[in-house]
Amino acid sequence: MKGFFKSSIGKKLIMSISGLFLILFLLFHLCMNAVVLFSECAYNSVCAFLGSNWYAVAGTVILAAGFLVHIVYAFVLTIQNRKARGTDRYDSQNLPKEVEFASKNMLVLGIIIFCGLITHFGQFWAKMMFADLIGCEEAESLSTNGAYWINYYFHECGALSIVLTVVYLIWFAALWLHLNHGFWSAFHTAGLSNKTWIPRLKCIAKWFSTIVCLGFAVIVIYAACGGIKVPQGCCKDKQAVECQQSTQTPCQQESNK
Amino acid sequence: MSENKGLNLTLKVWRQKDRHSKGQFKEYKVENISTEASFLEMVDILNEQLINTNDPDGPVAFDHDCREGICGMCSLFINGRAHGPDDAITTCQLHMRKFKDGETITIEPWRSGGFPVIKDLMVDRSAYDKIMQAGGFVSVSTGGVPDANAIPIPKADADEAMDAAACIGCGACAATCKNGSAMLFVSAKVSQLALLPQGKVEAAKRAKAMVAKMDELGFGNCTNTGACELECPKQVSISHIARLNREFLKANIKD
Ligand code: HEM
Ligand code: FES
Repeated sequence: MKGFFKSSIGKKLIMSISGLFLILFLLFHLCMNAVVLFSECAYNSVCAFLGSNWYAVAGTVILAAGFLVHIVYAFVLTIQNRKARGTDRYDSQNLPKEVEFASKNMLVLGIIIFCGLITHFGQFWAKMMFADLIGCEEAESLSTNGAYWINYYFHECGALSIVLTVVYLIWFAALWLHLNHGFWSAFHTAGLSNKTWIPRLKCIAKWFSTIVCLGFAVIVIYAACGGIKVPQGCCKDKQAVECQQSTQTPCQQESNK
Repeated sequence: MSENKGLNLTLKVWRQKDRHSKGQFKEYKVENISTEASFLEMVDILNEQLINTNDPDGPVAFDHDCREGICGMCSLFINGRAHGPDDAITTCQLHMRKFKDGETITIEPWRSGGFPVIKDLMVDRSAYDKIMQAGGFVSVSTGGVPDANAIPIPKADADEAMDAAACIGCGACAATCKNGSAMLFVSAKVSQLALLPQGKVEAAKRAKAMVAKMDELGFGNCTNTGACELECPKQVSISHIARLNREFLKANIKD
């Protein structure tokens, strides 16, 4: 395998494997989030189960590494490809319309996804796992109350909630496009496709990206419409007690003052 | 002959003195071009005109050889597409009936890092030859022609190998690719041989050598946009790129 990862195909394989890893993560994340549609309490139990336990922290570190690799190679490959294209451009180029928009704009879509990710991290991860890790007492009572935070950001914050909902929907649209191409492309790069499987993989990619992105969008819209009720003592563990202590949102606390 | 009135066209042609000069577009008018003329015949007519009028830039240099779609020499980016507006043909198979009277036709050379312009519409495609020299062959002892049925080959494999072998190395794939990638070409050559028993012997060595050469010559990394297969005059499928990836991976795992 000497020199394999320096070769063009080797680098592409890294892109493909890291992409597939991120896809698996997305699937897991969606399953976890979808619980909130059925039971806020159950969802909070999931949050509590993960919390800042060692396995969740380890998972986060591995995930961050996955993102880092994917992003670094995205830039390395894109820069190399621009160089390979040369400096002279065609006066006009009419690519056949069959060439997918997403396939030509993977980096831009990736950057949009990354911006969404930063927003998302600031909103949820910082308030939950991170707050727990640094032992911020004020935040601790809310650090595993995922339902509270979803409701807070998408429903309780007035105009900001509307803006956040729209931002998230744009984020999911970019993700949809990225996955629509990325999904089948990753298999192709890994050599796992042929004449029969290209159309099949493209079809699966459409279904997969639609299910994943629609799933996330439904959760956000559901929350924006006020569908999420922050648990009030419906669970019997320590977590429920913490939930009870904090049924007021910071927005409400603000108006109480 | 034809009763049709010929086409009057404006040609916007890339003129470049040599590899190191800066090129530019020049406009020329050609008149009464028969719709039955081939595109290259139309360029021949333009060149006659340029010679007769003692044009300071001289005739337009362009590549061509067989003029029947088999050698891969003719190139040209015509109105924004490799080999012009028609699908699955080379420029020499393009006819003037595809154009309208009064139209302005933009004619450019391949533009890709791997194919530097030598003069006007001619580019240096020797990079593809170098990739072939690195491994696009089978080593066989010479001798009498073996019996055609001595080595049985499944029909499906033979067909797939034939489809890959249709590649004429014209360079439209890399010229169209936004990544300047030569992977469709390399994958066709690797596939064609890897599918057949005669080529399997050296398959691992070949895949590694050809990919290494392609990388060394500065071609880009395929991102599976699929533009290459849509512009390939021989409709070589990107499924061969998946096979190349497989072959390359297998070869690397082996050692
Ligand atoms: C949840 C997030 C993400 C997922 C699930 C994901 C998934 C994928 C997949 C499966 C591929 C296809 C790989 C291949 O063609 O072999 C891909 C390609 C790509 N991704 Fe991502 N990605 C994500 C985030 C990002 C981010 C944040 C960036 C950049 C800032 C990015 C940039 C790219 C680029 C440029 C490509 C094309 C690379 C190529 O084809 O060579 N992605 N992604
Ligand atoms: S001149 Fe031979 S293919 Fe066009």
